[in-house]
Amino acid sequence: MRNLWLFLVRYNAFFLFILFFMFSIVLVIRNNNFQRASFINSSNVVVGSYFEKINSWKAYLALADDNKALLEENAHLRKQLQNFRAIDTTVHVHLVDSIEQDRYTFTVATVVNNSIHQRSNYITLDKGSREGIHPNMGVITSNGVVGIVQQVSENFSTVRSLLHPDIRISVSLDSVSDAFGSLVWGSNTDSRFAMVRDIPNHVKIRIGQPIFTSGYSTLFPKGIKVGHVVEPEVTSGESFKDIRVLLTTDFAKLHHVYVVKDKLAEEKVSLEASHKENE
Amino acid sequence: MNNNFISNLLRFLILILIQVGLFKNMGYYNLAIPLPYILFILLLPIGISNFSLFVIALITGLTVDAFYDSIGVHAAACVMLAWFRIFFHRITLDIDAQESSSTPSWGNMGFKWFGTYVVFSTLIHHTVLFLVEVFSFRNFAYTLFGAILSSIFTIILIFIISVITYRRKSRLAN
Repeated sequence: MRNLWLFLVRYNAFFLFILFFMFSIVLVIRNNNFQRASFINSSNVVVGSYFEKINSWKAYLALADDNKALLEENAHLRKQLQNFRAIDTTVHVHLVDSIEQDRYTFTVATVVNNSIHQRSNYITLDKGSREGIHPNMGVITSNGVVGIVQQVSENFSTVRSLLHPDIRISVSLDSVSDAFGSLVWGSNTDSRFAMVRDIPNHVKIRIGQPIFTSGYSTLFPKGIKVGHVVEPEVTSGESFKDIRVLLTTDFAKLHHVYVVKDKLAEEKVSLEASHKENE
Repeated sequence: MNNNFISNLLRFLILILIQVGLFKNMGYYNLAIPLPYILFILLLPIGISNFSLFVIALITGLTVDAFYDSIGVHAAACVMLAWFRIFFHRITLDIDAQESSSTPSWGNMGFKWFGTYVVFSTLIHHTVLFLVEVFSFRNFAYTLFGAILSSIFTIILIFIISVITYRRKSRLAN
């Protein structure tokens, strides 16, 4: 017994190292596999407030870009509004689907923390459960997709950005066609590009063709532009091909985003879940 | 002793705040990211007990993890760094020096010792950090390349910080 004790004391550095290192590794593994249920992340109050403070200074530097983006979006919306007003009822029978009409609501949030240099990138927003934000909601900007809400606290929420190896977003090649694939970051180095995987081989793709969200999941409305094709065929030989896409979202300059709330999400998810149970 | 505690606490706060406020936004894609916060662990008093060293390293790692949303990754790397620190001190310092409570800084230890200390510690820390983050040995060369580039970035920053705060005192080693 005494010898064992002496042995432990003599090599205490090593045994302490094993103990603490195991503890850290367990944290990493738990974090990888399960929902992130701990408080040590950027949606906790101390960390969130610090980032908010820094962001309140940094925001001034981005004012010009922000204004420009807002103006562009305004112009775009105004154009759409005009189309609605000028509907010629003698040609079109104008049907309004009142379920689809306000299916999605958008909550404006400010990005208080953003990263593009990590292997797994996260974004922190200044809105939390108090503003009705829940995990698994889509996040978009005026010109593209951003990511999926991962965890919420009362006043903050963390978003798994598109620049994360575990994220997949269902996209289609055209707002009408049925060829669809899943958007992943893929390259893991460049925040401007992403990949669309699993496009069937027979689909013809040209450079510059826009990519839209498919609306198959409850995360994003249908038809949000995601990016443009820059390289139509990255790999070939299989029955599916991959496409390299230039994203329309500028992740390095994120400032204001919209969190998408789908009113029919619960209904759709529970219907699909019951289907799985029956099988 | 009390003075020592306050200066270490201040060093902790300043380095962590600069790390997450400034250096987190710097980097070359994700190949080279600077992490000079490890200077805090390197500059803890020489005679600190092994247990406190490990606890402090773990807390430092978890604090940085909270800001990087990568719970456990920095903690694991910092614990590894603490172990290397114990090993390095044991083989390079004599018994008297090992028990003093002075700071192992450039001014106290001389450039040759401090330089080796920083270079090897940073390399070990970054290699472990990148491996734990990827959590596989696939693309090992690419991971290692990232770790080495980041180490160069961090080492340069640590030397710059050390030059700015340089104060020559007694020499414990040459």
